[in-house]
Amino acid sequence: MISVRNVHKSFGSQVVLDGLTMEIEPGKTTAVVGPSGVGKSVLLKLIMGIMTPDEGEIYIEGENITSARSESRKNEIRRSLGVLFQAAALFDSLTIYDNIAFPILERIRISSSKAHAKVLDIAEALSLTPYLLNYPEQVSIGIRKRVGMARALITEPKVLLVDEPNTGLDPLDGQEVYDLINACKSQWGFTGLVISHELPEVFQVSDRVAMILGGQIITEGSPAELIASTNPAVQQFLNGRTDGPIKIQ
Amino acid sequence: MNVVATTQQVGSFVIDTTEQWGRSWIFLYRTVLALFKPPFRPFLYMTQILQIGVNSMLVIALIGLFTGAVLAVQGEYTLAKFGATAYTGPAVALSLIRELGPVLTALMVIGRAGSAVTAEIGIMRITEQIDALRSMAVDPIKYLMAPRLLAGIIAMPMLCGMFNVVGIFGGYAVAVGLLGLSPGTFMSQIMSSVGLVDVYSGFIKATVFGLIFGWVACYKGYTCGFGAQGVNKATTQSVVTASVAVLIVDYFLTSVLTRVFMK
Ligand SMILES: Nc1ncnc2c1ncn2[C@@H]1O[C@H](COP(=O)(O)OP(=O)(O)OP(=O)(O)O)[C@@H](O)[C@H]1O
Ligand SMILES: [Mg+2]
Repeated sequence: MISVRNVHKSFGSQVVLDGLTMEIEPGKTTAVVGPSGVGKSVLLKLIMGIMTPDEGEIYIEGENITSARSESRKNEIRRSLGVLFQAAALFDSLTIYDNIAFPILERIRISSSKAHAKVLDIAEALSLTPYLLNYPEQVSIGIRKRVGMARALITEPKVLLVDEPNTGLDPLDGQEVYDLINACKSQWGFTGLVISHELPEVFQVSDRVAMILGGQIITEGSPAELIASTNPAVQQFLNGRTDGPIKIQ
Repeated sequence: MNVVATTQQVGSFVIDTTEQWGRSWIFLYRTVLALFKPPFRPFLYMTQILQIGVNSMLVIALIGLFTGAVLAVQGEYTLAKFGATAYTGPAVALSLIRELGPVLTALMVIGRAGSAVTAEIGIMRITEQIDALRSMAVDPIKYLMAPRLLAGIIAMPMLCGMFNVVGIFGGYAVAVGLLGLSPGTFMSQIMSSVGLVDVYSGFIKATVFGLIFGWVACYKGYTCGFGAQGVNKATTQSVVTASVAVLIVDYFLTSVLTRVFMK
């Protein structure tokens, strides 16, 4: 379960999140949508505790990560996370194989032959096998994103946080990522937060959708409810119109 | 001139500097603590000793050779004024072991490896690799900083030792080969006038400089600002800060060590 309560976050005079509250029920996945620069990635970093909110609290599986004082206390909570960063954030000094294997070798006590099998499995599922010995700089953005996805999923995390899993991917690779998310969900089940601009494709992996605007969640519900919403900002966003309450910066 | 604005500027400068100073000490404290906490990753330490130490050997040997050579020329010139060219050997050896070995090795390693360490960590910072480590419950202080700090502390005295040996050889070659001094006198005078205290104080200095090197390079990279410009600034600051710190600390350390070992 992820619970975000009345979170405020500003950078200097720029208010990004302004009392944002949302709940993700255990085993459910929420897609977070909203215009560029609205603070979606910031929300994700707040949840994983690498940014601290100015005000408000965030609970992961019942543990308050915002009040965790020491980094080691936070790390205990982070052990249940699988994270994909918007720009993948792969380790450029490691090969793709080592990038994928990194979290299991660092976090979980596992024999190296088991780790090896796991890496090959997930690489197969994401069509990454030909690139395993390359370095991140040598492959395209779309491949890096899939490597990041593999790195997030390999530990079988209880909480999955992914930032735009599909940006930079062609439709076929994108579908592969969604299929894998769904397969993993039925395999071990996780609480998920997926940031995405891909509407309506992202609905196939999400139980709920929340839209952020002006530092708050303006609407939250099932995908069907979002589509049927009468909120003009939601309709403008869904239909990609330039005129409406959302100002394009 | 606006008095209020100036006062504010001075005030915020003082606050910023004090804050940086405090943060950098906390950073050092956490890094040193991390050295003793499991899991230990020997491979990471080995890689850093390779990159910071082994890969600096050639350039250190080169400047060591020429430093020793030039010391012999200068020493012989000065000592000839007093008819004391027999002491060229000790002049070369003592200057190297007590002073130039540690300082020049430190400045060279800072220029070569310090900038590289800062740039590497800075780039990891701006490309969110450090955030990624934290998100995976891996402490970047332990994973990235501790190996670099320890590698500096281990590699610096060893490089310094090599610098000294090669330097004395360079001095010997010039003094005996070119200036026509007696090889026996050169060596025996070194042996009778260089004590273990000189060697100790040189190595203590080199070890402290190794710590300064790792500390500054890691801290500047870790706190690097945004974008290519942030990395650029951090790298420059890292080299300048570490070099200045080495020279300042050198003065005080020399004074203290000379007192301590004189007794
Ligand atoms: N470390 C930071 N320092 C200062 N400002 C920041 C920082 N991180 C984010 N911001 C600001 O917060 C705002 C929200 O950024 P964020 O990356 O969360 O947007 P986003 O919703 O993820 O957009 P996109 O869909 O384009 O990824 C931006 O205006 C950005 O300038
Ligand atoms: Mg974003």
